[in-house]
Amino acid sequence: MSMGLEDLYREVIMDHYRSPHHRGRVDGATGDVEMLNPTCGDEVRVSFRVEGGRIADVAFDGRGCSISMASASMMTDAVVGKTVEEARGLIAAFRELMQGGAPSEELGDLVALQGVAKFPVRIKCATLPWTTLEKGLTGDMDGEGRPRMG
Amino acid sequence: MDIAKIRADFPLLAERVNGHPVVYLDNAATTQKPRSVLAAVDGYYEHTNANVHRAIHTLGERATAAYEASRARVARFIHAPSAESVVFVRNASEALNLVAYAWGSRLKAGDEIVLTPMEHHSNLVPWQLLSKRSGAVLRFIPLRDDGTLDMERAPIGVRTKVVSVTHASNVLGTLTPAAELARRAHAVGAVFVLDAAQSVPHMPVDVRALDCDFLAFSGHKVYGPMGIGVLYGRRALLEEMDPFLGGGEMILEVHLDRATWNDVPWKFEAGTPDVGGAVGLAAALDYLDGLGIEAVAAHERELTEAALNMLDEIPGVTVYGPRGERGALVSFTVEGIHPHDLSQVLDQEGVAVRAGHHCCQPLMRQLGVVATARASFACYNTLEEVEALGAAVRKAQGFFSSVPR
Repeated sequence: MSMGLEDLYREVIMDHYRSPHHRGRVDGATGDVEMLNPTCGDEVRVSFRVEGGRIADVAFDGRGCSISMASASMMTDAVVGKTVEEARGLIAAFRELMQGGAPSEELGDLVALQGVAKFPVRIKCATLPWTTLEKGLTGDMDGEGRPRMG
Repeated sequence: MDIAKIRADFPLLAERVNGHPVVYLDNAATTQKPRSVLAAVDGYYEHTNANVHRAIHTLGERATAAYEASRARVARFIHAPSAESVVFVRNASEALNLVAYAWGSRLKAGDEIVLTPMEHHSNLVPWQLLSKRSGAVLRFIPLRDDGTLDMERAPIGVRTKVVSVTHASNVLGTLTPAAELARRAHAVGAVFVLDAAQSVPHMPVDVRALDCDFLAFSGHKVYGPMGIGVLYGRRALLEEMDPFLGGGEMILEVHLDRATWNDVPWKFEAGTPDVGGAVGLAAALDYLDGLGIEAVAAHERELTEAALNMLDEIPGVTVYGPRGERGALVSFTVEGIHPHDLSQVLDQEGVAVRAGHHCCQPLMRQLGVVATARASFACYNTLEEVEALGAAVRKAQGFFSSVPR
């Protein structure tokens, strides 16, 4: 296989794809959002529970390629226990990484997904779970992570 | 057919992708263009270009003649009774939207539109829009497990006003019984619309033998340029329809508050048309006729058979769609490898296939998959390329099982 492919399918990515972390649905979720990648039909659902401004629990479910599913699994590892603000920072940093930006330190293991930036059609696969989480954090929540009523 | 000679006609086939000669198997999405088509488009812009229809100067007359000759060429290719029954549009999607809008404006609440679950979104969404506007109801001819239509349960009845189906499925390769559907539609006074985007490039299509009222196809899938497409319509229907888009050329006489319409087909061609595209499409049809559509069909049948047999032999591969008579494409999935990932690995080997829902999300749901990979063939593909596909699929299986855990 050429270097390009090894760049994309890093070992840690395949690990998360084969044995995803935080797969399923969170009990008592304060946010639960499903999104679709219309170009390929991939589906990701992200649910989470915010307590005292912190993401106490997060999970994902869905159907998609190795990149989208691994990205979702790695995202849940990265944001669990973080404050909503920190999670927003991570989302921004990840997006930056996908646009070819330098990896920031807070990304940790997520840097393994850096190779995706070289495959433009796959960037949407990697960002889909992040966009889903972001939608959950901003769109439908009040400051304390309670679903907005009415 | 001398495939080596044909391949030499297509400059793009000499490209290399990721260090390999390109194996282009995404022909159902768009075909490559022979040199004669490229030369015809160039030649048009180098020697003929002017705006059509209104100019009283030599170039304008030449451009108009070239445009109208292209229309006549298309009519001859699909055996249309007259050039005036051929409307130039951008692509099959626009053709189908034109019918759903301009013919569909007569539908009322309770009328029924009959489709199939394997329609491309372009032959589904325009009808959904019409349904919203008119209150007409969408009905679907059920699909059997083998991917063929269950004609016995076809919901064609007294309320049916239009039956619109694909001639050849872009996912399953299913060929639909077009002539029978036309008979059933006409028996209840409905019009019959055929989406021939996937059939015109691969088999003889005769609008009179099929007895269709409308037929749509895209130029770029039949070796022509992108941006030109065709709507064939029965003359009497085109005559009684309202226009689709308003503007220049489609009018006869314009006042500040009203206008009257130009004759068919120009009534449906508002604004400056893609004359270069029409000229290129005519050259493409000349090219295809030169090869002989029957010979092309036989060659593609051989490739499709070979691909089916080869994929059947690879453990973990599931192939979709009927066996026997079918279109020149094969949709498949590989156990444990998402079609995107498969397509990515194939691309590294220079093999271009399509991975995704192929603009058929309802069908994907019925098949119980998110996406499939699809290899689709054209006149210039070879058995060696089918083998390259097989080798690349096996390589992908090896790659995804060998990445250390």
